[in-house]
Amino acid sequence: MKKLLVLSGKGGTGKTTVAAALIHFSRARAIADCDVDAPNLHLTVPLPAAQERIPFFGSEKACIEADRCNGCGLCVEACRFQALHRTASGKVDVNTLVCEGCGVCTYVCPRQAAALRPDLAGCRTLYTRGSVFSTATLRMGRGNSGKLVTEVKTALAQAAPDAPLAIIDGSPGIGCPVIASVSGADLVLAVTEPTVSGLSDLQRLLHTAATLDAPIAVCVNRFDDYPEGGERIEAFCRERHIPLAGRIPTDPEVRRALNAGRSIAEVECPAQAALLEVYHAVQRLLGEETA
Amino acid sequence: MLSGKGGTGKTFVSVRLALAAPAATYVDCDVEEPDGRLFLQPQQVTREPVEVTLPDFDAQRCTGCRKCVDFCRFHALAFVGVKPMVFPEVCHGCGGCVRVCPVNAVGERRREIGVVERGVSGTVQVVTGVLHPGEASGVPVIRAALRAAHTPADDTLTVIDCPPGSACTVLESIAEADFCLLVTEPTVFGLHNLRMVAELTQLMHKPRGVVLNKAQEPFAPLTEYLREQRIPLLAEIPYRASLAREIAAGLAPRGRDAELDALFQTLLRTLQGEGCP
Repeated sequence: MKKLLVLSGKGGTGKTTVAAALIHFSRARAIADCDVDAPNLHLTVPLPAAQERIPFFGSEKACIEADRCNGCGLCVEACRFQALHRTASGKVDVNTLVCEGCGVCTYVCPRQAAALRPDLAGCRTLYTRGSVFSTATLRMGRGNSGKLVTEVKTALAQAAPDAPLAIIDGSPGIGCPVIASVSGADLVLAVTEPTVSGLSDLQRLLHTAATLDAPIAVCVNRFDDYPEGGERIEAFCRERHIPLAGRIPTDPEVRRALNAGRSIAEVECPAQAALLEVYHAVQRLLGEETA
Repeated sequence: MLSGKGGTGKTFVSVRLALAAPAATYVDCDVEEPDGRLFLQPQQVTREPVEVTLPDFDAQRCTGCRKCVDFCRFHALAFVGVKPMVFPEVCHGCGGCVRVCPVNAVGERRREIGVVERGVSGTVQVVTGVLHPGEASGVPVIRAALRAAHTPADDTLTVIDCPPGSACTVLESIAEADFCLLVTEPTVFGLHNLRMVAELTQLMHKPRGVVLNKAQEPFAPLTEYLREQRIPLLAEIPYRASLAREIAAGLAPRGRDAELDALFQTLLRTLQGEGCP
């Protein structure tokens, strides 16, 4: 299976729109949304009929048994994450949202009042039948999304072992979920926009991809918003021998199609034609990568 | 300032709002993609490293008892040969290994994972958290940026530009906020992610209001959602190709624009009515 991962650095450049179009053109039967902090791909891609939901437990969380706690405060002092505090009643309470589950409190407590308990951090969903769509949603304010991203990818690979192509929508930024999504990708397609922010964030993404040894190609979305900026990004990529996968014009049809619940790949318009070119470029690059 | 979805215009609204106030502090907590500085172009920039702790093993003292490796919940320690070794990117710096070592063979050193930049842009104090590429967690950088911006006696406006999403990084960014502005755009993606941050702000008991950016023809599902949830629509910024171009070039937030100036002055007054400075 060849794995194409769509990333962007900056949010809102059109990752999901591009991923959805590539899924349509390629008829990919293995699809994943790794943007577990704000998943959107399911809103624009037809979902397979069978659905399986699996709870996701991230890091454990501290829990203080009030009957045993004498309020000595050793755990409060030892906690590096300020997750514990003394209450008015002289006991210790846990702020579950900042607790990272290190277990230091359980070690220092002289009365065995502190323990670690599993914490529901999100939910993973696997849609199957005909094709496979693997996705997940992180619960509000939870961390650990790199682990959840890895589970989403593993579930996809297990459910669709024979699919020739997997298309994976990634998350913005360069942190834990992005790093987790990059491992094993045959090609990263970075979707950027011709803005100063787009270029700056693309540079940070390229830096991150380089440290992970991931092959990467770049396409510029909404090119006409600022053609000079788009050309600057393309020149930047050429200088560094980073392959360009095309330009997508600014096209009001993109938003209309999205809000009407249609894929832009089904609507005859300039953006559709450009996305088809991007698809061909990606096909070529994927072929070269494994050749 | 938060949005769930990326690219709705958080940074644009944050920067323009900070510039609209007589004096303000702008804090960029979007440490993976810190872009406010591209628009504000702060001067007299100073940089302070953000460091986390990392265990440092004394090979002479270590007896190879494995207590530290067994204790670490993050699988940041592994036994290589007869001695423990640390994977820096996975270590949370909890200090557990230091505590459990029976022979005091584990000390701690510091490792830089990012920087906090401080500078000035006219009337705006600019504080930017920057995570180094390849690092997994921006939370310590966000904490450091917020600490650097914190001045207890200060009654000027502080605008906190959050990362996208609704995970722990966003939670950390809004922990001290008096009011949350939710920036959205009239698309199904924008609305879907607005719901997530609206839920998060409710969970945190934060007063909130919405700024609709890139507004074009009415988008009924959004209007309906805001009415249902009783979330006020505080400002509507119309889409203009010329504005999109200026933002792309990095100019728009600073340029004179009568329509935008009036809009942000009104927004500022509304926020003052909500208890913001």
